[in-house]
Amino acid sequence: MRLNKILKNTLLVLTACLVLSACATKKEVATDIQSQMQGDVYTGTDTVEYLADGVPDRVFFATNESILTTASRETLRSQAGWLRKNPSINVVLEGHADERGTREYNLALGERRANAAKDYLMTYGISSDRITVLSYGKERPVDSGSNPLAWSKNRRSVTVKAN
Amino acid sequence: MTKKILILLFILIPFNANALIEVDITRGNLNPLPLAVSPLSIDEESRKGFEKILKKENIGSEISNIVENNLRTSGLFNPLDKKAFLQAPDIANLKPRFEDWNLIKAQALITGKVNYVDDKLRVEFRLWDVLAAKEMMALAFTTVPNNWRRVGHIISDKVYERLTGEKGYFDTRIIYVSEEGPKTQRIKKLAIMDQDGANNKFLTLGNELVLTPRFNPASQMVTYLSYFKNMPRVYLLDIETGTQEVVGDFPGMTFAPRFSPDGKKIIMSFAKDGKSDIYTMDLENRIVEKITNHPSIDTSPSYSPDGKYITFNSDRSGYQQIYVMKNDGSDVRRISFGNGLYGTPVWSPRGDLIAFTKLHKGKFYIGVMRTDGSGERLLTENYYQEAPSWSPNGRVLIFYRETKTNAKGEGFSAKLWSIDLTGYNERQIKTPTDASDPSWSSLLSN
Repeated sequence: MRLNKILKNTLLVLTACLVLSACATKKEVATDIQSQMQGDVYTGTDTVEYLADGVPDRVFFATNESILTTASRETLRSQAGWLRKNPSINVVLEGHADERGTREYNLALGERRANAAKDYLMTYGISSDRITVLSYGKERPVDSGSNPLAWSKNRRSVTVKAN
Repeated sequence: MTKKILILLFILIPFNANALIEVDITRGNLNPLPLAVSPLSIDEESRKGFEKILKKENIGSEISNIVENNLRTSGLFNPLDKKAFLQAPDIANLKPRFEDWNLIKAQALITGKVNYVDDKLRVEFRLWDVLAAKEMMALAFTTVPNNWRRVGHIISDKVYERLTGEKGYFDTRIIYVSEEGPKTQRIKKLAIMDQDGANNKFLTLGNELVLTPRFNPASQMVTYLSYFKNMPRVYLLDIETGTQEVVGDFPGMTFAPRFSPDGKKIIMSFAKDGKSDIYTMDLENRIVEKITNHPSIDTSPSYSPDGKYITFNSDRSGYQQIYVMKNDGSDVRRISFGNGLYGTPVWSPRGDLIAFTKLHKGKFYIGVMRTDGSGERLLTENYYQEAPSWSPNGRVLIFYRETKTNAKGEGFSAKLWSIDLTGYNERQIKTPTDASDPSWSSLLSN
């Protein structure tokens, strides 16, 4: 009985290992990218800098979107907390787009993304007087790659200390 | 900047009005018209005079080279090799021996001569119909010697107009954004050059980001976007004097500027609270008007040549599409219904077409459609290209193209390209640096 159970468990583990390793060898690159993207929103930490301990400086967006993800809202709540603790600090929210759009539309899209972040900070008690919005459109990518992962890192709103 | 200098133009001899050669520019360039551009003849004294001032050994040949190059790049003409010419330039200008030109298959012949008269450059030229053995046109110009390139462009325009029945586009300039440095930190400057790439000049130093310069169709003014003091705003620049000013007093980013066809208004977008709407500002009385009012992104506005309508792109349907409205913002109609996203609509100076950028399945296209959205025609497909600008005669589009980088993110470049409305004759326009956001001027002489 006991032996049977052990065997069964071992088998399960073995099968699991086989399935996993098959995945890993087949789609190693794809898995790597998937671990950094959810849908086409960047979830990695490659380019992220920190305003303070545990306060990431940027949030990421899906293609053509300016909706804040759950992770983005969490980041912005931590930024709001940090701003409340440091009432003398003002910030610039720099909105960006990826290179797969027309220049003028991307300027507007960058502005819309930075404003999405601004609105969220304001609902967490940060005065609009402390926030400036600045769109760069597709002019200032962080990653110069021409691939979905690079584009996902470039679709962002970055909170920068203004003083 | 270069001052506009009056070019005196005389009609030499009343020419025979029978149009015998006709070039059909509505078709492709599959059979460009063979023509001979005989070098402009020059007497020894004039040659030496110009050599001293202009540092060009033979200004007559230089001017005819400009004409030859313009006609060739139009894709409609095939200038023949000068080595095959049997008749000397000075004799040909007096009376061409048409059998000789016929023998080398030239259907048209351009001859002329250059004189140095009272410190001025005097150029006369004649256009001949070889098959009919007739003169089609004869003109003379007098101008300051420094204007010699423009004389070449004006001759090209006259020949183009006589042979196609439509105005030319050679005596024009292109304003664009010069780009240097890594993709993540591009240095951008305003630059201007003649339509053929000559006389390139930088208008800003590159201290701040500049984008989307556009010519005033009625003067040598330019409107563009500058990030001066990190505040993206629409500016007005006088390229003769270098004077600059901010357009309007908006509490946020203004962008995507263009002039109205009469040059008296600027139309642009103003972004606030995540919405971008279209505004105009009258340059005389400074009155600002809000034209669209929608929570979506409304941008890239462009007037129809009669000023009565505006085309723009908006994502009010959920995705970027092209719309047309009356100039007061009423009667908004969507006109793009094909697959994909549509942006950067620009109304043709002829009024019948709108050029655009289309993004579909990861490819970018430059295309044209009628102003009601029918008759969509895609002219060129690439990894990335956008922002078409029309030649003043509405026959050629200039735009920019960016390359895909490799796995390491290297190999990025941005270049200017042009293509005929027919979809033929795609060419790169050489620039000293990388380049984007081209805008074509009106004809300088008219």
